[in-house]
Amino acid sequence: MFEWWENIVDKLVYEIWEMNSESALGSAIHFFIYDTIKIWFLLLTIIFAVSFLRTWVNTEYVRAHLQGKSAFYGHVGASLFGVITPFCSCSAIPLFLGFLQARIPVGVTFSYLISAPMNNEIAIAMLFGLFGWKVTAIYIAFGITVAVIGGYLIGKTGAEKEILLDVKPIDSELEADLVILTVKERAKEAWVYTVDIFKKIYLYVLLGVGVGAWIHGYIPTDFVARYTGEGNPFAVIIAVLMGIPMYSNAAGVMPLVEVLTSKGMLLGTALSFMMAVTALSLPEALILKRVISLKLISIFFGIVGSGIVIIGYLFNAIL
Amino acid sequence: MKIEILGTGCAKCKALEEAAKQAVAKSGKFAQIEKIEDIMKIMAYGVMSTPALVIDGKVVSTGKLLSVDEIVSLMNA
Repeated sequence: MFEWWENIVDKLVYEIWEMNSESALGSAIHFFIYDTIKIWFLLLTIIFAVSFLRTWVNTEYVRAHLQGKSAFYGHVGASLFGVITPFCSCSAIPLFLGFLQARIPVGVTFSYLISAPMNNEIAIAMLFGLFGWKVTAIYIAFGITVAVIGGYLIGKTGAEKEILLDVKPIDSELEADLVILTVKERAKEAWVYTVDIFKKIYLYVLLGVGVGAWIHGYIPTDFVARYTGEGNPFAVIIAVLMGIPMYSNAAGVMPLVEVLTSKGMLLGTALSFMMAVTALSLPEALILKRVISLKLISIFFGIVGSGIVIIGYLFNAIL
Repeated sequence: MKIEILGTGCAKCKALEEAAKQAVAKSGKFAQIEKIEDIMKIMAYGVMSTPALVIDGKVVSTGKLLSVDEIVSLMNA
C-alpha cells in the first residue's frame, strides 16, 4: 500500500543524499522519514473516518440502544460500540452515571469502559500504520474479547453495591438523537476533531518514531530478543505493568513497540503491552474513584490486567 | 432567552462558556447564561458528553466546543 512512498524515500535518502543503505545512520534516517509521514497520513485519514462515522453513533445513542437489552446482547453490543465511539477519561463519570440512569447493568457499562479506550482511533491508526491490518484486526478482536468477558465477570462480582452515588433511574425511553446534523456539518465536525487530536499527538509520534529509528539503527537485535523475546518468561507481565502509566502516550509508545518487535520482541508481548497502555489508565482510575469504590476499581484492573496477560501468553504460545 | 452550558469544569467547558458570552454580545439579544456543573443536573438533560449547550431547555449541542458564530446561529434557529 505504501510501496510508492517507500520508493520516494529510498530515492531521497540513498540517491539524492547519497547515504549508505547498509549504515546505521542511513537506515535510521530512512526509517524516520518513511514512518513519520506514513503514520501522520494514516492518523489523519483514520481519525477523520472514525469521527465522521461517530457523529451518528455518539454515547447518547449507544445508551439509548443498550437500554433494556439482554445481558449477552448488552456485553457484546457495548464492546462493539466501544470501537467507534469516542472516549476520554474526562467523560468517564458522566458516561458511567448515564448508563446507570438508563438501568444498563454495571457489567455492561464496564464492557464499554474497557473497549472504548482500548479500541480508540489513535491506537487503531498507529497499529494499522506500523503493523498492518492483520495485527490490527487481532488487536481489535482480542480487545473486544477482553471487554465482553471482563465486563461479564465484573458484573458477577456484585458490583452494584460498590457504587458510591445514588443514581435515580430514568423510567422513560431515552431519546437517541439529541442533536440532528447535516452531512456537511458532520464532515466539518469530524475535520475539526481530527485536527484537534492531530495537534495533540503529532509530536509524540515524531518523538516515538525518532527513538524507534535510533533503536532500529543502533541497538543490536540480540539485546532486544534476550530481554523481550523467548528468553524472558515474565516479559508479558512486565510489559503489562509498564503499560499502565503510559496511557496518554499511546501515539509515542507504539512506534517503539514496532521496532522492538522487528528486533525479536514476541508479538503477544507487544500486543499485551499496547493493550495495557490503552485500557489500563491511572488517570481514568482516579476519576472513577469519585463514583465507585476502590474495591471495584481494583477488581476492574485485576480482571482486565489478567485478561491482557493471558492473551499475551496465549498468542506467544500459538505463534 | 436562557442559555445553559453543561460541563463539569474541563477546559473545553470553560471555553464554551466564554464563547457563549461572546455570542450573546455579538447577537445583541438579551439572554441569561448559566453554567451547570452539578453532574446530576447534567444527567437530567440526558447528556453524557460534555460540554453541552442548552438553549431554552433544549439540548442543541453535545460533546464539542462550538465557535461564537455557531452559537449565534443556534440562538437564531
